[in-house]
Amino acid sequence: MKDFRWGELGKFLVVTLAIVGGFCVYIKPLTHSIKQGLDLQGGSHVVLQAVETADSKVDDDAVKRSVTIIERRVNELGLTEPLIQRQGKDRIIVELPGVKDPEKAIAMLGRTAMLQFLDDKGNVVLTGNDLKDARGQIGQNNQAMVGLEFNDEGGKKFADLTARSIGKQIAIALDGKILTAPMVNEAITGGRAVITGSRTMEEAEHLAILLRSGSLPVKLEIMENRTVGPTLGQDSKEKSIKAFIIGCGAVFVFMLIFYRLSGIVADIALLLYTMMLLLVMRYLNATLTLPGIAGIILSIGMAVDANVLIFERFKEEVKKGKTLRSSMASGFDRALITIMDSNITTLMAAAILFYLGTGPVKGFAVTLALGVLLSMISAVIVTKYMLQFLIFSNITKNPWIFGVGAPKQEEVAKNE
Amino acid sequence: MNNFLKKFRISFVRNYKIFFGITITFLCIGFGSMLFRGFNLGIDFTGGTIMDLYFQRPVAVAELREVMSEQGLGNSIIQLANSEGNVSPDALIRTGIITEAKRREVVAALEKKFGTYEIQRMEQVDATVGGELIQQAVIAIVLSWVLMIAYISARFEFRFALAAIIALIIDVSVTLSYFSLLQVEMDSSFVAAILTVVGYSINSTIVVFDRIRENLKLRRRTETLTDMIDNSIWQTMTRTFYTSLTSLFSVVAIFLWGGETIRNFSFAMLVGFSSGIYTSSFLAAPMWLFLRGKKAGD
Repeated sequence: MKDFRWGELGKFLVVTLAIVGGFCVYIKPLTHSIKQGLDLQGGSHVVLQAVETADSKVDDDAVKRSVTIIERRVNELGLTEPLIQRQGKDRIIVELPGVKDPEKAIAMLGRTAMLQFLDDKGNVVLTGNDLKDARGQIGQNNQAMVGLEFNDEGGKKFADLTARSIGKQIAIALDGKILTAPMVNEAITGGRAVITGSRTMEEAEHLAILLRSGSLPVKLEIMENRTVGPTLGQDSKEKSIKAFIIGCGAVFVFMLIFYRLSGIVADIALLLYTMMLLLVMRYLNATLTLPGIAGIILSIGMAVDANVLIFERFKEEVKKGKTLRSSMASGFDRALITIMDSNITTLMAAAILFYLGTGPVKGFAVTLALGVLLSMISAVIVTKYMLQFLIFSNITKNPWIFGVGAPKQEEVAKNE
Repeated sequence: MNNFLKKFRISFVRNYKIFFGITITFLCIGFGSMLFRGFNLGIDFTGGTIMDLYFQRPVAVAELREVMSEQGLGNSIIQLANSEGNVSPDALIRTGIITEAKRREVVAALEKKFGTYEIQRMEQVDATVGGELIQQAVIAIVLSWVLMIAYISARFEFRFALAAIIALIIDVSVTLSYFSLLQVEMDSSFVAAILTVVGYSINSTIVVFDRIRENLKLRRRTETLTDMIDNSIWQTMTRTFYTSLTSLFSVVAIFLWGGETIRNFSFAMLVGFSSGIYTSSFLAAPMWLFLRGKKAGD
């Protein structure tokens, strides 16, 4: 037996310790730092479609203005990281993570919110464009109402309207529906007015938000709505963690049993792989979705494929009678071609999924593609160096330790 | 080769009739089912609304149906989750395509009768979305095949590519067959599952083909093409077996413990992966031989 080399074994132990230690310390904070999809944290994904009507044409400008107005409305909800995005010519995607009352929030998104002040003959005198501000407030008798403040021009128009309507009724209408029709007692010149008729303060506030953000230039219809409540989101999260632990645990134990020391090396590489995957996802600002987690679990089951390919080649070479050292070198070289060819084809599927998919499916494609790429790095490069350290340290010459069954004479003969 | 697996060493090429027969028989049943029973398409494809509501008190299906009928939606699908006896606070209601205003009316009627509720899940999909989804799915899958044919033709040769794609078509058909036979609901994640199956199956097929490509160069004149193919399959058998196991561990874990939300997704992967393992190791290589115009035994 050749001299035992502490240096090489030392390198192996340092790398092992660094990876295992890093995994134990960082895996949890790392996982939590990745943005979670709506299916995990709860929230709503809404697709709005602009619809042509007799009064309003759907054109680029109208959709652009609608996006701005929707943005204003969503910002009023006070959510962390909502998303408003135009899709194609006439669609707007809105994502509301962690929204508390999805029903009300969604109802607010699509409201046209066209405010009109009508005189007693039904002529429109003022519109929402004449407003400067609108706020929900509590008036006399504890009544919820919306306080309006007009801009300069609006104030003049309103003063004019009230001056000539003394003793008559005026009407305030939203989207063609009369909210309130008060009797005018005197001219109002202060540039302020209130809308009564809200049942609750919350309702008044929602109306105020709608009025503040302005009316939509086109009719928007809800084409798609996917809402996940926070309870189900939490439940999904817990279940996917469980599936992760069981699935990956089984893969780990399997590698350990069938490849022994080589299996340990593969398992360490898997730990590193998992960390790298999460790290890259974090820096790409990728979103972790439920199918995405399934993709990660799956990718771990598939990531060992590269190791299995290498180890099987390695075993073949050992059985041909080569030394551990040269078996390993040629095992890696020959398996590399196979790994490249097979993984590139898988990457093609992932790339297409990414370009054509939407939402959670896209997230899944990212994890799948990253998984394939990173597993090549961890399985090929990391495993190679770690095994090299072990073999060069001359810790053992027994191939059994590396997962190779005792070479049988008949098999050696057959392969020659 | 793994000693355990060695006991089962048979010729895949010479016994091709058995393996092809099993596949063809299954696919005939599958296609028959697709033709006569069709698929259980989810709202992602058909359009419609799903509401998973958690009420403050347990409700019964009959009560819910009564409210739905009053709303003119008596044919809605109503299910209870985690029901004890025949009541549960957790109700799943699926309707056809209804407008947002109508949905609000329905929800208001439910709230009036059963009190407040918490939304677990709510999905509303327009009819046009479903059509776009099917179109996208078909484009995605066909595009992936075209790319793969190009790549495999460049790295191997065209007949390898053709054999690999036929294997993939079988995998997709098998997965579709299961979904039709068992009437498992298909949703948008089905497309993702199918493409993953395609990616996985092609991966395994390439490993076998890679061995054939290598052995083709090393082949001695005495060795028939048939034996060479069988040897290639068996040389990669331990890898096929091990990798299949580890990936199945993952899929089964997701299927059993990943929760109801992705059960259909993981089911597609489970049957697709199983088919992928079968086609890539048992069918693809013999198919390549036949595409070269050779017979078993040549």
